[in-house]
Amino acid sequence: MTNWRVILSIAKTHLLTKIKQTSTAALGVTFGIGSYITLVCFMTGLNSMLDGLILNQTPHIHIYNEIEPSKKQPITLYNKLTNNFTVVHSVKPKLSQKKIHNALPIIKYLEENKNIRGVLPQIKTQIFYIAGSIELGGNLIGINPIDEAKLFNIQDYIVEGSAQDLQNTDNGILLGIGIAKKMSLKVGDRVQISPISGGIFPLKIVGFYQSGIADLDAIQSYTNIKTVQRVLGEAQNYITDINIKLYDIEQAVPLSKIIEKQFNVRAIDIKTANAQFETGTAVRNLITYAVSITLLIVAGFGIYNILNMLIYEKMNDIAILKATGFSGKDVQLIFMSQAMIIGFVGGILGLLVGFGLAKFIGTIPFQTEALPTIETYPINMNPMFFVIGFSFAMISTFLAGYLPSKKARKIDPVKIIRGQ
Amino acid sequence: MSVVLEAKHINKYFRKPVTFHVLKDVNFKIEKGEFVSIMGKSGCGKSTLLYILSTMDTDYEGELLLNNQLVSGQNRDHLSYLRNKHIGFVFQFHYLLSDFSVLENVMLPAKKLAEKSLKEIEYDAIQKLKMLDIENLANKRASRISGGEKQRVAIARALINNPSIIMGDEPTGNLDSYNAENVFNIFKELSNEQGLSLLIVTHDEDFAKKTNRIIQMGDGAIIS
Repeated sequence: MTNWRVILSIAKTHLLTKIKQTSTAALGVTFGIGSYITLVCFMTGLNSMLDGLILNQTPHIHIYNEIEPSKKQPITLYNKLTNNFTVVHSVKPKLSQKKIHNALPIIKYLEENKNIRGVLPQIKTQIFYIAGSIELGGNLIGINPIDEAKLFNIQDYIVEGSAQDLQNTDNGILLGIGIAKKMSLKVGDRVQISPISGGIFPLKIVGFYQSGIADLDAIQSYTNIKTVQRVLGEAQNYITDINIKLYDIEQAVPLSKIIEKQFNVRAIDIKTANAQFETGTAVRNLITYAVSITLLIVAGFGIYNILNMLIYEKMNDIAILKATGFSGKDVQLIFMSQAMIIGFVGGILGLLVGFGLAKFIGTIPFQTEALPTIETYPINMNPMFFVIGFSFAMISTFLAGYLPSKKARKIDPVKIIRGQ
Repeated sequence: MSVVLEAKHINKYFRKPVTFHVLKDVNFKIEKGEFVSIMGKSGCGKSTLLYILSTMDTDYEGELLLNNQLVSGQNRDHLSYLRNKHIGFVFQFHYLLSDFSVLENVMLPAKKLAEKSLKEIEYDAIQKLKMLDIENLANKRASRISGGEKQRVAIARALINNPSIIMGDEPTGNLDSYNAENVFNIFKELSNEQGLSLLIVTHDEDFAKKTNRIIQMGDGAIIS
């Protein structure tokens, strides 16, 4: 039977009488875990910011009508030539409409799918911004501003005004910041736009939009769906794009295939659209974990060393304990519990240090053109990191304590007592 | 009289660096209340024998009986238990746990045995210290007391579980004559008054002469 009280009291006495060594070992763990927490919070914070830069604004599935040549040219329908080799010159894309056929029923149908968090219609069109005699080419996107803010975080990129303002203002426009600069416009001014089909429409500027991608900001603006429909002179069912956000991003690929088949439209999933981005994220995560694990392993070796030293110093104690009736297992448990106590205390301190440092980094100013709404370094305080860090502290101290304590278990008391 | 410890045909070999026959067919008995000393020249195997008898050394041939029960061949955990409950040990170099107080040192084997409550153990420990006239040292660190005192603390520790037998490996070897005398008197008293069995390995002829029986060893065998 194991008498834990005795074992722990011996472990405690050993640790307290060698408080310097104990604290060095515990500090090793603290340093390792603390830097792991700091690093991982900071790195994943930056990562998710970078991901967010693209992924937050990107729909998981984007549905639109592709302008492309027909896959089946008329000649293939002609039965008599099936076994012949045919060459068609000068293939032109098929004349089709930009709008998605039956867009409103499709949206309604998709909204009932359990995997789908939201379905947002958009209208994309080319326009000219008109400043006196100068015409600037650009894009106008019709959106539902409130839903867009909810699902695609558009508010993070609105530097002046808000999505609500756009929703509330008839004939309002959320102007790209680049255009605003070029044309010296401010919120409340009116800007004249002209669709390709002609005509001039004055729209009221309710805010500015800055995506962080300068080329985009110099051409792109947002307005309400209804406003675009009015500008283009189209009916309420004129929708050119449907953006889908899912609960689980992994579903994007299979679902997009189903949608393509079912509705005879083009559906692009986020993985296909941003393949190179995924790779970057994966590599950055890999670096984060490689550095963290190195830190933790170094801390582990520190503990191993110190416990080894401790056991050499405590040879006599081990021999006495064994001579007076403590079994090898008891002795091993004494040293194991010392290791675990060091790991526990060091780990907890490490979590606190990591938390403090991460919080501190979170207050350092960080301003960038690319992310107008971010003012300090982004920190990702995921409770999971703390759980992982603490578990690793316990596991590594366990391993670091196991080998030396096993040696202590095997020490032959006779050799030590007679050796002196 | 009942037999406390019995050795039957004990043989031991040292295998390194060359095979060497250390103990040659050792047979003897110790009865309850007996005070026995083992004498012999250095290297004759008397300490080796003692460590076999103490159950710490298990690498031997022959049979060892403690309170008429066979000890040889038991697993190590059980041997630890037997050592804890039935055998008290006193070494030449008084081996105390230097980081602990005197009282804790004495209490430790009883805590391990865990047959009594902590309060009872503490009471027992103080009784033992009183018996040896060192209760005033109870709260001192074991590393802060003199050699003679250390040896008495070690005896108190050996007594804490009321063992069947106390073994000593030259317990007076490192003490001046005054303290050696003192330790001997304590042993004698324990033997006479409490009927405790004692088995002491010693070089000290004066010490040995005063015991009930001397086992004389030479070249790994009992001579007389």
